[in-house]
Amino acid sequence: MAVAAPPTIQAKPLRERLAPLVIPAVFVLIFATVLVVAPASWPKLITGILLPGLTLAAIYFMLSAGLSLIFGLMDVLNFAHGSLFMLGGYCAWTCNQWLDPAYPGHWPLTIASGNLRFIIGLVVGALVGAAVGSLIEISLIRPLYKRPIYQVLLTLGLVFVFDALVRTIPAWGSLSRAPIKPPMLTESLSLLGRRFPSYSLFLICLSVSLAVIIAVVLRRSRIGLTIRAGVQDSAMVEAMGINVRRVFTGVFGFGSGLAALGGAVAASFIGVYPEMGLEYQLFAFIVVVIGGLGSYSGAAAGALLIGLARTFSDHLVLETGLPTAIASASTVLVMAVVLLLKPGGIFNKN
Amino acid sequence: MTPILEVEQIQTFIGQYHILHDVSLQAEQGTITAMLGRNGAGKTTTLKSIMGLTPPQTGTIRFAGQRINGLRTFKIAQLGIGYVPEHRAIFRDLTVTEHLVLAERKRGDLRRRGDLIFSLFPDLQRLERLLGSQLSGGQQQMLAIARALVPETQLLLIDEPSEGLAPVIIEQMMRAITALSEHTTVVLVEQNFRMASAISQAYFMLDDGRTVDHGTMTALRANPQLIQRYLGAA
Repeated sequence: MAVAAPPTIQAKPLRERLAPLVIPAVFVLIFATVLVVAPASWPKLITGILLPGLTLAAIYFMLSAGLSLIFGLMDVLNFAHGSLFMLGGYCAWTCNQWLDPAYPGHWPLTIASGNLRFIIGLVVGALVGAAVGSLIEISLIRPLYKRPIYQVLLTLGLVFVFDALVRTIPAWGSLSRAPIKPPMLTESLSLLGRRFPSYSLFLICLSVSLAVIIAVVLRRSRIGLTIRAGVQDSAMVEAMGINVRRVFTGVFGFGSGLAALGGAVAASFIGVYPEMGLEYQLFAFIVVVIGGLGSYSGAAAGALLIGLARTFSDHLVLETGLPTAIASASTVLVMAVVLLLKPGGIFNKN
Repeated sequence: MTPILEVEQIQTFIGQYHILHDVSLQAEQGTITAMLGRNGAGKTTTLKSIMGLTPPQTGTIRFAGQRINGLRTFKIAQLGIGYVPEHRAIFRDLTVTEHLVLAERKRGDLRRRGDLIFSLFPDLQRLERLLGSQLSGGQQQMLAIARALVPETQLLLIDEPSEGLAPVIIEQMMRAITALSEHTTVVLVEQNFRMASAISQAYFMLDDGRTVDHGTMTALRANPQLIQRYLGAA
């Protein structure tokens, strides 16, 4: 059949390909401007704003990537996503604390190496998160796919359930627990004549590697292809003979595991406390809305934007003596600006 | 000969709305059967009921002698029913090749069926790297049918293939559907009576969620009153 190809074939992919670079480009531009105006400030700029910003972004990304994919694929806005983040954090903290032979009242089984305890904590946290997430999807969310309002109420209710659970477990309780860093990442490194915690660098590297691996899986594998198609039209994917429900459970479990892993790495950085889930979830929602609900690249870009905006405004408040409320409001401000310019979020194509 | 598809007196509700009251239809193996009727007569819902997307509450649907209502949609598709929905449901962000790869049920499906698909729609080969959103309406329609043909398909349900297409493209689509009916049975929903009557052998007339008439296309063409009454135009 001789159907003429649409004339805009060349223009569109280029624009779409450049879209992910816009946000990094804006930041590079801002940093370049600052460097030109005040060349002496650049070590401070990098270790004081850029790297802390990336550290926050790394945590936000792990929390929001799953949130966004889950919403995109099954239209479930999981308010309990932050609870899984918290659960992961507590699991990791528990492994670090209770497997330590030096801790009074440690478990019968102990592991002498702090580094090993840390790694076990990450694995246990992620696995528990994935398992609990899959269980929630199968037992609670699945019966409610046709009733979205009930889903929102359900996941909102789960937040309280997890909160109460954490406070009830004697080993965890309501108090905030101090972070336990693995010995290998306790040191701070010397960067450009300033000190910077090696743990933050580890967080950034872990998050970036995960982001790349997930992106490659989404782009190149069959399961990634199914997820990308399902995000656009899951009923059609099912009508092609693919068991979409199983994909739903898998993605829900994976997203939950990623959030829990985020909590587990965050636990050695910010410590653990029952409110940590809600606190970080708020940012994750902002990130996801900015990036475009359901978009994976959007979650990555949004995390970057919010992480840097947060540290930048913190810094600004410290330097200028402006009220601290400005720092807290900065993320919402960024969201408002983005939504005014692109109401569906940066990567939303609708 | 027993029909490959038998729909018997199904009733389907969507939410609280009673859409199908009493729909029956059969499709003989190797034929093109057209489902006709006005907008809102229940044609699309009938196809969705067969696919299990809006499962019927009563009645039976048999495919190749096996009862399929009550099965989940992906199971129904796996039995060998291809579905080309209204508005084509092309994935915006997937390339043409990705659509076809996703449609594979067994490894190598695309290699086995590629010759058939590209002989029906040679243009698709040229468009392989384009995204769904970059295709024209006619190209999307070709891809939607091609996607349904990648696995072994005994029955193809096609909803409004001519919708929104230019007359010259409709002609090409008609030729392609006629050609593919040598390989698979086709049930066609079509508003464009000229197209439907030109390529199908049998028809089922739907009105207000009921099958009101059926027979051979030759008989229908000889009965302008019936066409006038249910379709409003000859």
